[in-house]
Amino acid sequence: MIPAGTAVGRSVVRPDLAAKLSGAAVYGADLPVAGVLHVKLLRSVVAHARIAAVDPAAALEVPGVVAVVTAADLVDLDATWGHYVRDRPIFADGVVRFAGEIVAAVAAETEEAAAAAVTTIEVEYDELPALLDVAAAAAPGAARVHDRAPRPGFACPPGTELGMDNAFYHHGLQHERVAEVDEAGAVVVQHEYIFPAVYQYAMEPHVVVASWEPDGISVHSSCQHPFLVRQELATVFGLPLERVRVRVPFVGGGFGSKSYTKMEPVAVAVARAVGRPVRLVNRVEDAMVTTRRHGMRCRMRTAVRPDGRFVSRQAWIWMDTGAYADNGPTVTMVAGMAAVGPYRWDRVDIDAACVYTHLPPSGSYRGFGAAHLQWVGESQVDEVAALLGIDRLELRLRNLLDRGETLIPGQRPLDADLAGDLREVAKRLDWGGALPAWRGRGISVGVSPAGVSARSAARVELRPDGRVMVLVGSQEIGQGARTVHAQIAAEVLGLGMERVVVLPTDTDHTPYDRSTGASRSTTVAGLAVQRASERLRTALLAAAAEHGGVPVDELTLRDGRISTGKRSWDIAELAAAGPIGADGDASELTGAGPALFWEVCVAGAEVSVDPETGLVEVPRVVTVADVGRAVNPSLVERQDEGCTLQVIGNAFFEEMRFSEDGVLLNDSLLDYRVPTLTDVPAEMICVIVENGDGPGPFGAKGCGEGVFGGLTAALVSAVTDAGVPVRELPMSPDRVWRWIQQTTSDTAPG
Amino acid sequence: MGVRLKVNGAIHELELAHNALLLDVLRDRLGLTGAKRSCDMQVCGTCTVLVGEEPVSSCCFLAHDAGDDEVQTIEGFAAADGFAVVGAAFAEHNAFQCGYCTPGFLMTLKPLLARGTLRSREDVQREFAGNLCRCTGYRAIVDAICEIAGIAPAPGRDAAASAPTGQQR
Repeated sequence: MIPAGTAVGRSVVRPDLAAKLSGAAVYGADLPVAGVLHVKLLRSVVAHARIAAVDPAAALEVPGVVAVVTAADLVDLDATWGHYVRDRPIFADGVVRFAGEIVAAVAAETEEAAAAAVTTIEVEYDELPALLDVAAAAAPGAARVHDRAPRPGFACPPGTELGMDNAFYHHGLQHERVAEVDEAGAVVVQHEYIFPAVYQYAMEPHVVVASWEPDGISVHSSCQHPFLVRQELATVFGLPLERVRVRVPFVGGGFGSKSYTKMEPVAVAVARAVGRPVRLVNRVEDAMVTTRRHGMRCRMRTAVRPDGRFVSRQAWIWMDTGAYADNGPTVTMVAGMAAVGPYRWDRVDIDAACVYTHLPPSGSYRGFGAAHLQWVGESQVDEVAALLGIDRLELRLRNLLDRGETLIPGQRPLDADLAGDLREVAKRLDWGGALPAWRGRGISVGVSPAGVSARSAARVELRPDGRVMVLVGSQEIGQGARTVHAQIAAEVLGLGMERVVVLPTDTDHTPYDRSTGASRSTTVAGLAVQRASERLRTALLAAAAEHGGVPVDELTLRDGRISTGKRSWDIAELAAAGPIGADGDASELTGAGPALFWEVCVAGAEVSVDPETGLVEVPRVVTVADVGRAVNPSLVERQDEGCTLQVIGNAFFEEMRFSEDGVLLNDSLLDYRVPTLTDVPAEMICVIVENGDGPGPFGAKGCGEGVFGGLTAALVSAVTDAGVPVRELPMSPDRVWRWIQQTTSDTAPG
Repeated sequence: MGVRLKVNGAIHELELAHNALLLDVLRDRLGLTGAKRSCDMQVCGTCTVLVGEEPVSSCCFLAHDAGDDEVQTIEGFAAADGFAVVGAAFAEHNAFQCGYCTPGFLMTLKPLLARGTLRSREDVQREFAGNLCRCTGYRAIVDAICEIAGIAPAPGRDAAASAPTGQQR
């Protein structure tokens, strides 16, 4: 445990408490906009078709309708977007590739008029066969979802190979630790596994307010990555960056669903067509076909020597990215890494493919990659342990990498004490203790690359009123980024929290930040805030030395006052003539990414299976927040608990279901259930581990996503331990019941 | 058609369509944006307001049906005496994150407090099962509500996790 500072290491109250409790906090849909038009979207009702005709005549007759906008209104633009692959038309251009694709937009004086009009637009579809299964889409000779060669988007890493097949991107990991890998006598397990498509459900659906003005584009968006949205809009609409302005109000949850660009291009396209500000507010049914988590299929093979030493891991992974790439290649890369596991293999051979299908596009969702693959690899470790008669924890501890060892060649070496983390979990699970029938314990260990990019900058300014303003481009999506950044500035500057204000992002004024994702806000953006605050502190002390005519080294800065002997000044006096500011960035974080640090994915669980119904209950979960340094322990705990409930949803019941025609069937919260407080485990234990080993401020490293990999795997492990082998998620009662029947009949005599 | 709505103690004479939803009227006509729209089908609870002291999902409630009953929103509750207790408990337990669901939880809470309905943790779990939160994992919210309602903390919960520095090694 590291002693708390004046602000860092303390569970200070969030500065947004009063605004959020009283309803005064402004989210995108709360913004008052004079003269705004309301936008409703017409979405394709079929998964794959040629558009023979679009007739907006009836819609234009609806009172209050100002315009119907389609691809035909954008012919002067290269109206496709996509940060990784520029494959996505703003409006379907002749072809629809998933049920839900945007075909047209109505702009009207009222939301009711827009909603009424959008249903009257007549579209004639010539239907085409749809590829809905990721394995079929990836098979040789399959028809192509896209018939043109993929164009790299502005954020596609240089040198990335994008192929013509539906499996357009591969992440391969092949390495050998020893020259001659000998599998003779090894125990081998090999199976296929399935992970379903799931929906992030940020409670606030996407909101964009956009206007097309003589001097450029102005957007308010509920987005996680405003600087990348700016770049995307500048690219698509052919404007220099400085003529695109993105502002972000409070965001009602993200979890990746609001990462990169989502609804902004279509909103801007409509604003451009009508010459007035427009507001586009998604509903749940829109959000579900805007982005989702990748469905996954995988075949994995693990070989282990009889003495328990790991030999080799192979995996072939297919990630269903839907009709457009979104962030699929990144998700696929991380999935490939997660398939390895933090173990000392003689040989690793992984191929992860990102595959187009005619389903809605998939992108980022909290813990991606690790959520998909950690449970697969860990269930094979469990299976081997059972075959060899070695305790599951013991087998892991024998093969775990130590701090400093190479996990994946070319990536940052392991930077955490995973064995220590596992022992913490085991202790709290009463590992080894007897359990009654149909109960089980599970434990899991993994890591996931986090941080991604060192491109975060910050500016910290002392204003004449004595307050310090922090300008930093992390979005407050609920995780507490603004609280943490205020704590860091307050700690460095010796100020009370009430004197530090973290401003919302306006890309015209806020220093660049790549993204609010990959658990980087505390570690990377936080480091920029720390460095800027340190420079401001130096500047303030220098100014005070001059002001008071005393040497700098005789001055102290505490509680907003600079003191020397018996004299002291409030720092506000130093800024009387104008603000004093300083800049900082995170460029000292080395490595090209994606792993600026490894996010630890260690967790444990205890479950109880009802063999009559297949219902699984979770009496206890243990999560490890191996955060280096907890800037705000309560926020860390809330991250783990919030992620725990999302894992319970993903692991036990959440699943997007599509019809045989590729149409989403459960497109509402009545049919797509998310966890309620009746799903909270009786015991949720969050162990905060502070080893001071993070690259961020005060030794911190990110958290909040690791639980997705760790706990999903621990729950699978626990259900298996209870007697029910798992090869597919979610572990819904119907599946669990069937697996129990199969297991029983497999082992029945005769 | 003309409608007379009493909201947070103030009378509003409004021209409304016959099918105007209370949530839209509050947000778009009266500027009371504390109630939020999310699921649009009475599942999530973010749009919860009170009509005649009863919680309703204002996304599916016709403004006309409020009749003479007073409508209360989070803006009214937040300005009322006694709200400081709510704020203190939510601060103590760090019982919110993105904040989108919070007004709905609090408007569900208000009449339960007034009636003294909440006597156990199980009562809280039952009464709030219609309010979704995707961020917090719920426990902190339940802890905060229990504290407000004078319900003893869950065993092992009082010291461990809500203490300022959390569990550490």
